[in-house]
Amino acid sequence: MHSDFTNHGDTKKRRFNFLRASASSWFARLLLWIPVLLFLLSFFFFPLSKILSLTFNLETFTDLNNPLIARDSLLFTFYQAFLSTLLTFALGLPAAILFAKFDFRGKSLLRALTAVPFMLPTVVVAAAFINVQRLTFDVSPFILILIAHTFYNASIVIRIVGNAISRLDPKLEASARSLGADTFHVWKDVIFPILRPSLLAAALLVFMFDFTSFGVILLLGGSQFATLEVEIYIRALQLPNLNLAALLSVIQLIFTLIFSILYTRTINQVQTQTAPRFSIARQPKTFQEKLFVTTLCILLSAFFLLPLLSLPIRSLTRLESDRGQRAEVQYGFTTDYYEELFINRRGSLFYVPPVQAAANSLGFAGITVILSLALGYPAAYALAKPTRLEKFLDPFLMLPLGASAVMMGLGFILSFGRLIASPFFIPIAHTLIALPFVIRTLQPALASIPERLRQAASTLGASPIRVWQTVDFPILARATLSAATFAFTVSLGEFGATLLITRPEYPTIPISIQRFLSQPGGLNYGQAMAMATVLMLLTTLSILLIEKLRFNNAGEF
Amino acid sequence: MLELRNIVKSYEGTPLLRDISFTVGEGETICLLGASGSGKSTILRMIAGLDYPERGAILLNGIDLAQTPPHLRDFGLVFQDYGLFPHLNVFDNIAFGLKMRNVPAEEIKQRVTLLLEQINLSSFETRSIIDLSGGEQQRVALARALAPSPRLLMFDEPLGALDRSLKEDLLNEIRSILHKTKIPAIYVTHDQEEAFTIADRILVLHDGVIIRDGMPSEIWKDPQSAFVAKLLGIGNVIEGEVVAVKKVKTAFGVFDLDCGHEIGSKLQLLITAGVDRGEEIKLTVEDVLIKQDQFQVKGGGGLVIHMKDAPKVGDVITVKVQVKCLS
Repeated sequence: MHSDFTNHGDTKKRRFNFLRASASSWFARLLLWIPVLLFLLSFFFFPLSKILSLTFNLETFTDLNNPLIARDSLLFTFYQAFLSTLLTFALGLPAAILFAKFDFRGKSLLRALTAVPFMLPTVVVAAAFINVQRLTFDVSPFILILIAHTFYNASIVIRIVGNAISRLDPKLEASARSLGADTFHVWKDVIFPILRPSLLAAALLVFMFDFTSFGVILLLGGSQFATLEVEIYIRALQLPNLNLAALLSVIQLIFTLIFSILYTRTINQVQTQTAPRFSIARQPKTFQEKLFVTTLCILLSAFFLLPLLSLPIRSLTRLESDRGQRAEVQYGFTTDYYEELFINRRGSLFYVPPVQAAANSLGFAGITVILSLALGYPAAYALAKPTRLEKFLDPFLMLPLGASAVMMGLGFILSFGRLIASPFFIPIAHTLIALPFVIRTLQPALASIPERLRQAASTLGASPIRVWQTVDFPILARATLSAATFAFTVSLGEFGATLLITRPEYPTIPISIQRFLSQPGGLNYGQAMAMATVLMLLTTLSILLIEKLRFNNAGEF
Repeated sequence: MLELRNIVKSYEGTPLLRDISFTVGEGETICLLGASGSGKSTILRMIAGLDYPERGAILLNGIDLAQTPPHLRDFGLVFQDYGLFPHLNVFDNIAFGLKMRNVPAEEIKQRVTLLLEQINLSSFETRSIIDLSGGEQQRVALARALAPSPRLLMFDEPLGALDRSLKEDLLNEIRSILHKTKIPAIYVTHDQEEAFTIADRILVLHDGVIIRDGMPSEIWKDPQSAFVAKLLGIGNVIEGEVVAVKKVKTAFGVFDLDCGHEIGSKLQLLITAGVDRGEEIKLTVEDVLIKQDQFQVKGGGGLVIHMKDAPKVGDVITVKVQVKCLS
């Protein structure tokens, strides 16, 4: 908190700091907003208006099948999201209790492991589970989808609910018992009501992610599992019915917004609860506790490690009739799948060698980083010291979060038609998705530089340039690198929007994995595994970098 | 009457309580005094039924409580950091114990209103716990523990988190409520002032055993051991050496004392000042502080005495002191 006094005094005295000085005037603030607003207007709100006008069109409803299909896919989306959420809690709750209540060797490592899938691209997770399914036993695709969703989102439950459990003061239970509450009443009247906001928040967030899940469902289940997202994709590209696709998008957007609002409300309740004063975690003591900890540790390590490990292993293993249709089963180490990535075979899926997809991905990711930083920086700068203008504009900045990637792709198709043959629309779509995260990473860092630090530095004899070097730069550098890595990772793994707007000449890594997976044959499958391994490694490296740079208070989802 | 018989308990493999036995009589307030980590809170938890002794028994009116779960014991607990339910308002916090006993709503209302009056928080019924100050929270915690009229009240360093003046007010409130209700109480603290203010009887816990059990006045007059004297801040504990029969040499001179030690052995002595009879010693004044209606005088060798008139720093004064042997 700065007093008004210091702010005014400073802006008057510090003409050298152009941005700070100019940011004080309303007009200059508007200047900061112009790039990001123009970008959002042309690439988000304009496509959105196209979708809306197509939805609320007589044609949409003259075909009576449209509302029926919409209803069915909405119901199915709810159904799978509900079951996925249940399964996620079935695994996530015990894990949350494990991490909150017990200390054991390798705890932080296991905890980090459970959080890895959350950041992994959908294609990698999907490829991993296809692999697990093929290597072990045939699970029905629907069950596989539920398991993959659990794999993805368990860390949300672990983090939100686990935090709440570790914040539970053990004295509350002691008080309740001494006041005459038996175990049932301790849970019903004390523990459950206190945990309720965090349980609800975690459930809403998990449900929302399951509700909007696209890549996992499409790759694991195919078009027979027509959730809203899959149906939009089908009606946009395979069985074109753009009116229906638009209608589905609008339904999807409405529900996502409702969930977001509910989530924001409940997470605010969670945060008003008292902060932890000490850790309640301790070594397991009784036999039951030891059994619980050991069993769960083994289960969690297997569940989170095996699917991911199976990718690199399978990508280096030759299995049965990978080459030709020989009858005898062949095992063995091979680097063929990686070598094939560099070869442009006649009749291959691409007009370019598959490794070109990796080059494309890196290029698009680079453009996304530059674009989202260029747009995000001025906005974050303005948001760091919000006036009424900022408070009004902030929700519009975050709105793209509510739109699904597939919907953005659809909007691009509707708005720009043949223009999207240009490869530049891919990084633009990626930037739309990354931008809210980039702003939310930069903004707290910019806001957190206390005026007093600058004042202290200058009273200690630092020149204005030295002040910027020693105070502003170290804080900003971390946040900028963190935001850049985030944008990079998002772009690298983006699947939904890219799938709708991509052209065969410019495949990205996720798209090429999807194409390999959709083709028969061992070689294609092996190359999918190799590509997925590459993508997993790239993303994991980025995650590690972000974790190292993570700005202290930017930890919430 | 509550009785603890030969309680033994260890913590992570090392013995914490070795052999604890004591009783709490009708309407009596006992104070359990000891350093932090000495196992005071563990004793309370075992009485409450939240923890179990490895050996020994806890009896209420002659009946062993081992088979009674905590929620049926009817013992109230007040913690240092209150342990109030954050999701309930003031009224519902106080009413919690009554609701657990299925008391009719009308009766709950009357009882809570009465308790709120007693703790001077009448208008606070619907306030959220988070909005209360530390002192207010502790009052609510007290009212919550009192509401079901427990058979025993236990306080676990209840005033540790509060500032001094608030502490005194609340301590007096607790005292008068305990007197009025005649509920027997165990008050755990490491603060000797609290102990002397509130206790009918003081128990000093050290090294897993109770090394002293007596009325505050008895203990004040004769702490017996150096540990108790230091813990309760009674007089000055100094080193001495037996140099001849009934002669003990200290930094403040040689005193005539028979502590039963052999010649040449070291021992500890208690020096208390402000008495009419006794030995005279000379003291160089190093520091003078005002303490309420007295002056606290710090002399050479670290001796602290209280005087009615303030000497000057640097003066050499003669004071009469009493010297006692300590074990």
